[in-house]
Amino acid sequence: MNILDVRDLTIRTADGRILVDRLSLAMAPGERLGLIGESGSGKSLTTLAVLGLLPDGMTVTGSAELAGTQIVGASEKQLTGVRGQDAAIVFQEPLTALDPLMRVGRQIAEPLSRRRGLKGAELKRAVVAALEQVRLPEPDRIARAFPHEISGGQRQRVALAMALACEPKLLIADEPTTALDVTVQSDMLDLLDTLVRERDMAVLFVSHDLAVVARVTERVLVMKDGRAVEEGDVREIVRTPREEYTKALVESARQLESALDLRSTR
Amino acid sequence: MKRSTKRSYTLTVGCVLAGLIAVLALVSLFWLPYAADDTSGGRLTGPGAGHLLGTDKLGRDLFTQLMTGSRIAFEAGLGSVLIAAALGGTLGVLAAFAQGWIDDTLSAFLDILIAFPTLLLAMLIVAARSATLGSAVLAIGLAQSAVVARLVRILVKRVLAQDYITAARTSGTSWPRIVAGHVLPNIWPTLVVNLALQFGLAVLAEAGLSYLGLGAPPPNASWGRMLQEAQATFTTAPAGALAPGILLVLLVIGVNLIADGLRDTLDPAARRRRA
Repeated sequence: MNILDVRDLTIRTADGRILVDRLSLAMAPGERLGLIGESGSGKSLTTLAVLGLLPDGMTVTGSAELAGTQIVGASEKQLTGVRGQDAAIVFQEPLTALDPLMRVGRQIAEPLSRRRGLKGAELKRAVVAALEQVRLPEPDRIARAFPHEISGGQRQRVALAMALACEPKLLIADEPTTALDVTVQSDMLDLLDTLVRERDMAVLFVSHDLAVVARVTERVLVMKDGRAVEEGDVREIVRTPREEYTKALVESARQLESALDLRSTR
Repeated sequence: MKRSTKRSYTLTVGCVLAGLIAVLALVSLFWLPYAADDTSGGRLTGPGAGHLLGTDKLGRDLFTQLMTGSRIAFEAGLGSVLIAAALGGTLGVLAAFAQGWIDDTLSAFLDILIAFPTLLLAMLIVAARSATLGSAVLAIGLAQSAVVARLVRILVKRVLAQDYITAARTSGTSWPRIVAGHVLPNIWPTLVVNLALQFGLAVLAEAGLSYLGLGAPPPNASWGRMLQEAQATFTTAPAGALAPGILLVLLVIGVNLIADGLRDTLDPAARRRRA
């Protein structure tokens, strides 16, 4: 059974504008899929729809099955159960991903206590372990810190630790590195890659950056204006892009790279 | 560093001002220099021995009236703010969570209530019940509920739009837990500051209503009624009007300073700047 099975997913605004148009995608357990497209192409909306988290007023038709449960049209109660068990999400903006008024440790403790029933000293140890696992230095100190007291990269690692604490079968990463410094970005991608591999977790990686997607996923789906324009193996798509938009995407990534080569050889 | 000293200064001055009047109010619960209806002092005696601030035109001790007035001011402020917080808070959270027509209807209702003059509302309530402090507080509290509800609605909506709420929902946290754990703590600082400001406004509104005879009936002296009674004799015996006027201003300034100081100590953004 697929961990995620989306068929003919269509998302409309209240006034009938189509934001995502008959999108279909399927992910086997443990598979990684990159969802790539420019901003406004509907990739983030797709991830929200898959979790039943779309903003009020938007209507969804079609089908989205998460670990065998139909999400489209499901009640809030059903959704709460599915979300905690089967999927977790890491967002783009580390500033808003954590509650500014709650200590980091408590925020991680929340899913840990709910998912594994831990309490007291055991819970504390699990929190520190979760922070260590995302390679944060001084996990004790960070557990006691407020989000504004740690750096953006650290916050993003905390957000990742929170998502992993739920032990989801599917991790949705919505541009998790876009807001980070380039050097931190690369570390973060490595970390995500290793942790997900260790756990055999399926990953839906959303990004507008082909190079970033290529690093963590095997397969990509290219979206433009709410439609899937191309889907396939990452290397193949980079080598022989078929659609105009994909070509442009690959071309621009190449140009950036060659600009770097030119300068370094000069 | 410099900023934070200035901030605590604001809070301290506010606490001292409001605190002095609070002491007057508290003491008036147990002891008063004269009984509220004691008219043995002679008319308009002016400050002097036996009567600290003198007497009014009926021979009642002014300081005694000031003390009862302080108590009434605090009762009016606290009562109105409690109504506003309870009713306004509940309506605001409901409106934030409700979708579509429920939210629209609630918001429209709140807008109408805000546009409705408090004075008219007070007159209606007084007509339906009677001219008591309770009626005045009810009118002020209802009017303020609308303001608080609108604020709470927008605050809650803003918090609900944050990624950490979506993340919590994704990880299966239930709504009651999200509200208690994330939403309330995050709207709390702004809400507390606003309620402190509402307290000051309620004190002023009560003085206004009792000036018009829509507040606590005699012999309970409210500052507003003291002002009204002293109006005719203001040129010959100014103490009767000055004393309640000054206390009213001091209390409102004090409460506003407290609100200001609270904003700086509670607001997470300000705290972040200092950290």
